[in-house]
Amino acid sequence: MSATAAHVDDHAHDDHGHHHKETFITKYIFSQDHKMISKQYLITGLVMGFIGIAMSLLFRMQIAWPGESFPIFEAVLGKWAPDGVMDADIYLALVTIHGTIMVFFVLTAGLSGTFSNLLIPLQIGARDMASGFLNMVSYWLFFLSSLVMVISLFVEAGPASAGWTIYPPLSALPQAQAGSGMGMTLWLVSMAIFIASSLLGSLNYIVTVLNLRTKGMSMVRLPLTIWAFFITAIIGVVSFPVLFSAALLLIMDRSFGTSFFLSDIFIQGEVLHYQGGSPVLFEHLFWFLGHPEVYIVLLPALGITSEVIATNSRKPIFGYRAMVFSILAIAFLSTIVWGHHMFISGMNPFLGSVFTFTTLLIAIPSAVKAFNYITTLWKGNLQFNPAMLFSIGLVSTFITGGLTGIILGDSTLDINVHDTYFVVAHFHLVMGISALYGLFAGVYHWFPKMFQGRMMNKNLGYIHFWITAVCAYGVFFPMHFIGMAGLPRRYYENTAFPMFDELNDVNVVMTVFAIIAGVAQLIFVFNFINSIFYGKRGSKNPWKSNTLEWTAEMEHIHGNWDGPIPHVHRWAYDYSKVNEDGEYVIPGQDYVPQHIPLQDGEEEVNH
Amino acid sequence: MTAFLTIIVLVLVGIAIWQMTKIFELSQAKSENPEVANDGDNKLNGYLMFAFLIFIYLLTIYSFWKWGHVVLGTPASEHGKDVDQLMFISMVLIFTVQIITQFLLHYFAFKYKGEKGKKALFFADNDKLEFIWTIIPVIVLAGLILYGLFTWSDIMDINDEDDPLVIELYAQQFNWKARYAGEDNVLGAANVRFLQDFDGQNVTGIDASDPNGLDDVVSTTEIHIPVGRKVNLQMRSQDVLHSMYMPHFRVQMNCVPGMITQFSFTPTITTKEMRLDPRIADKVLRTNKLRAEKSKELVAKGEEALDPWEFDYVLLCNKICGKSHYNMQMKIIVETEEEYNKWMAEQKTFSQTIASE
Repeated sequence: MSATAAHVDDHAHDDHGHHHKETFITKYIFSQDHKMISKQYLITGLVMGFIGIAMSLLFRMQIAWPGESFPIFEAVLGKWAPDGVMDADIYLALVTIHGTIMVFFVLTAGLSGTFSNLLIPLQIGARDMASGFLNMVSYWLFFLSSLVMVISLFVEAGPASAGWTIYPPLSALPQAQAGSGMGMTLWLVSMAIFIASSLLGSLNYIVTVLNLRTKGMSMVRLPLTIWAFFITAIIGVVSFPVLFSAALLLIMDRSFGTSFFLSDIFIQGEVLHYQGGSPVLFEHLFWFLGHPEVYIVLLPALGITSEVIATNSRKPIFGYRAMVFSILAIAFLSTIVWGHHMFISGMNPFLGSVFTFTTLLIAIPSAVKAFNYITTLWKGNLQFNPAMLFSIGLVSTFITGGLTGIILGDSTLDINVHDTYFVVAHFHLVMGISALYGLFAGVYHWFPKMFQGRMMNKNLGYIHFWITAVCAYGVFFPMHFIGMAGLPRRYYENTAFPMFDELNDVNVVMTVFAIIAGVAQLIFVFNFINSIFYGKRGSKNPWKSNTLEWTAEMEHIHGNWDGPIPHVHRWAYDYSKVNEDGEYVIPGQDYVPQHIPLQDGEEEVNH
Repeated sequence: MTAFLTIIVLVLVGIAIWQMTKIFELSQAKSENPEVANDGDNKLNGYLMFAFLIFIYLLTIYSFWKWGHVVLGTPASEHGKDVDQLMFISMVLIFTVQIITQFLLHYFAFKYKGEKGKKALFFADNDKLEFIWTIIPVIVLAGLILYGLFTWSDIMDINDEDDPLVIELYAQQFNWKARYAGEDNVLGAANVRFLQDFDGQNVTGIDASDPNGLDDVVSTTEIHIPVGRKVNLQMRSQDVLHSMYMPHFRVQMNCVPGMITQFSFTPTITTKEMRLDPRIADKVLRTNKLRAEKSKELVAKGEEALDPWEFDYVLLCNKICGKSHYNMQMKIIVETEEEYNKWMAEQKTFSQTIASE
């Protein structure tokens, strides 16, 4: 049975028993099965994450100990670190590629790609994605783009180094910066492929959610994870093509002499021919994706958190309907706030006012979400599995990082903190760390679903969480202070300004925390790999969860359910639901999975 | 080296913890789902949640105590006071919300830690609560938005009232130039095409055929500004994006090739007065102590010692612009009208510069 022929109707199970012969290649490499594709996404994402985090440790060391010679620099960077002292060009390249990899390759593909693929069919009760073939193409395009990005690290003049936002003219002119030659070309090629991959994936997710829900799974019975993935996919489809056009125009400016973004440039003793273009146009196009991108990264993490918190609190998520409306509101607002990245770009100040207004509005649904999470914990019976810890950690960093958004979103206040470390601290907490926590929560929670019932070691999970949690604050909380001291980001060293001398101590503290946090991730890597092969097997539904994926077979089979697809009779959050006599709906069991019909005398929750 | 040692120590600590957990694990009775949290795990992590709350509070207090003084002090411009006032209000709000919500989150995590047999409350919805925490942010944010917008439109209202001093800040990789509009207070037309005229002496590309430009004065070393007079800044860049950032004045605007951007501000404190500001004086003392220590190390290595620092306002580049982005700066001197006029009289106008060619 090919995955594309998966049906949701009752007769689908008739096809069982005559699976096509699977070779190693169709099963593990060019697989069209959503579960395998999700694992491919996860592992590729984790490998890219390793590269991205390692880069951040390298440049953090340079920031804390500027100009110091480290053998590791010479070992890793080679000619870019003569005598172990990091070169200024490669510093910018590391910063650039760290941002690119973490935002796109880890937190977009690694997070949304992994869990959308794994959970959409399983939680809505479908045998596979709407198009298994496109799904496979989507992954392999992602793989190709990762490959091109990694190859770009090895080109002669160095990788792209104009910042992850690649503002022209810096990114357009090889005369302006060594990394804007072949390195930037490869960056653009890689991103173009990435966008194609993301679009194929997103379209597939949307179609699957709309068309392949099992009987009884109305939109208002969808788990919040699926709502988050669904809306994320829609934002992706709306905004990624705009980045593609920006990349395309930039490629034309670079290679074919057009002037979309360039005008009146004199560089290295020469007046260039460009006339009439505007870098501000590029900024608009870039941030039209760039800002929704933040929510493309964050919404899946919040969706995962909703599910994990409800399951582990043994309580329904508080305010399901408000949560769905918040997701919708955030998604809508996220496409009309991009200008808050451009308050001081030279854009008309009136536009700045409008964007301040829309930006601060987005705080409202965000606040509602945070309060709803907190209320979900209230009077719960909290099961502190590692996924739960990461979810609570997410809410914590989401609040801490989100609050400073009130400052950055206010055009008046943005004037003086724009492009300083205050911004770096803000977005790392609110989208970087939070989304990473969401990723970890998802991996710990659904590991048994991915690896045939094997579970990750909980104690290593606890150690991983607590070290990471302490270090994340240790790195990013003090960072607000150096930002408020006016320290610009992307400075190779801060020694050129005596006014920043006293900030060096703070930078050392942050770097030490960053290194510890980086090393702590190795615990996760070990736990992950070890558990794939030696993890203890738990029961079919180890977290006693309500959603449909836990009714599917533990062994991975094409089509997910050996028998008929279960029908859905209730929403996903009937945890600790009691009858009027105070007894659980199903005696002795504090949860009622979605496929269980309403019991005698039970009323459906009118959420 | 110390960093390396720290890492090793931490790795060893990690291994020790891991081994301890293994022993702990072995001592536990077998259950159906050994990797699912049991009452012991819930208790331990519940307490750790509470400890983490304390950690967040202590980190906040420690950071304020240890690093609170590094943040920019007295604003040196008129609108800077409004910016700082709004910043203060926002900060108070943020910290209030932060302290309360983090408390609720972690305290609930601690209080409701799981126990076998405990019944959670089935509490799915409450419109009143939802309404309350939608309306509170709405009201508070509406206040902030209004305050912010009024301040913003004041700052961004760039006009010719009050006889402003017109200065062009000209950015290139990796330095700044300041062009004063001269006697007529009107900047002459300029374009990168004129940069190579006059053997490269025309460093900001002034159009020699525009009479307004002949009295323009270009400074490549320092910016002098008279105190108390409104300054209208116009920014140009000749190559890539730069950002004109003067943190002490709460002033920032990007410099965009192909267009002219603007910012207007009124400096209120001269450089000399600012050096006497207690916070700045303290900062200079602290910094010079650090520099003296650093110098000792450098001298021991046979390198040159660092000069002690004297406070000056500074113009930085705050938009990534290439290899030497981190060292693209210019000194700003705010002085009395007389001192400014004296300095200006010593400068060569554009016509004088090209005549001497």
